[in-house]
Amino acid sequence: MIYLQLFLAFLQIGAFSFGGGYAAMPLIQNQVIDKYGWLSTSDFSDLVTISQMTPGPIAVNSATFVGNQVAGILGAIVATIGVILPSCIFVTLLAWLYVKYKNLKPLQEVLSALAPAVIAMITTAGLTILVPTVVPSGFANIATDVNIRAFVLFLVAFFVLQKYKTDPILVMVGCGVAELIVQFATSSL
Amino acid sequence: MNTKKLRKIFFSTLYLSSFTFGGGYVIVTLLKKKFVDELHWIDEKEMLDLVAIAQSSPGAIAVNGSIVVGYKICGIPGIICAVLGAIIPPFIILSLISACYTAFKNNSVIKALLLGMRSGVSAVIISVVYDMTKNVMKEKDISKIIILIASFIANYYFNVNAIFIILIVIVYGLIKAFIKARKEREVLK
Repeated sequence: MIYLQLFLAFLQIGAFSFGGGYAAMPLIQNQVIDKYGWLSTSDFSDLVTISQMTPGPIAVNSATFVGNQVAGILGAIVATIGVILPSCIFVTLLAWLYVKYKNLKPLQEVLSALAPAVIAMITTAGLTILVPTVVPSGFANIATDVNIRAFVLFLVAFFVLQKYKTDPILVMVGCGVAELIVQFATSSL
Repeated sequence: MNTKKLRKIFFSTLYLSSFTFGGGYVIVTLLKKKFVDELHWIDEKEMLDLVAIAQSSPGAIAVNGSIVVGYKICGIPGIICAVLGAIIPPFIILSLISACYTAFKNNSVIKALLLGMRSGVSAVIISVVYDMTKNVMKEKDISKIIILIASFIANYYFNVNAIFIILIVIVYGLIKAFIKARKEREVLK
């Protein structure tokens, strides 16, 4: 039953993404690519790119996108409800605990331990996008099949982001336009 | 019940969710500006606690922030209005994009743009985790560095499920909090 699968997958994404924003990525990857195969790695990369360029959280954007792709508008609604339901429950529960005990210390201890684990898993998600872009035929062929253009684009973008703190949207659009121009110039388009 | 307040909550989160780029933390700041500084429906100190609760809960920060604000002002009906306002814009935008994506994915110009942007979005993510990792290293807390490295190896090289890693770290954090609390109690004795 596809609707139930969508609901449960996004319920887990909603329930385990601590830290907001990028923290949802490893969980989306886990459920949507690895477990159910609803999106390919390149679709996932495009989804993350689109999420960066539109308002709205990655988790909600993914629920709507994947739901629509897999099971139409009803799928999108079911997935979106799934992804926000844990928030509604946890936030209310925490608010209640907070009013009762006026103490979030144990929770803060847990969150501070979770932060490095979440960073590590976002790195994995980032590499899941980077590696197939730079080595299209898989990491094992890194010696023979490297997309130099994609790798140079990545390095330049990374440098610009770090050095000039440029708006990420601008950097991404710049990379897209650069690729388009090169393909046009070499008339492979 | 105050329908005027509910309407105001709905349109405020709807507006913020439609036009705010840059993720959950930006939205939370704007929610504070709206409901604390402009409307004076929540006082400043209370808002700080609400924001802490929103950021400590799993899920999208923008959704969590809307939930706490809606709850504080109008209870459960407030939550419903705030959450609907927060998710309707990304739902509509991503549904439209999803429909276009299927139609345009194979257009050669779009294809080239998306391919180039994959390098860009990888750079954005790697740049974010690079900064986050630097901050963890600066804390010079060995346990955090171990969690970071171990989670990465487990997740990237051994494909250990993200949810499993998160659960283990939560248990670790709880044990740590428990031991700390006990020590503090002994000191008081």
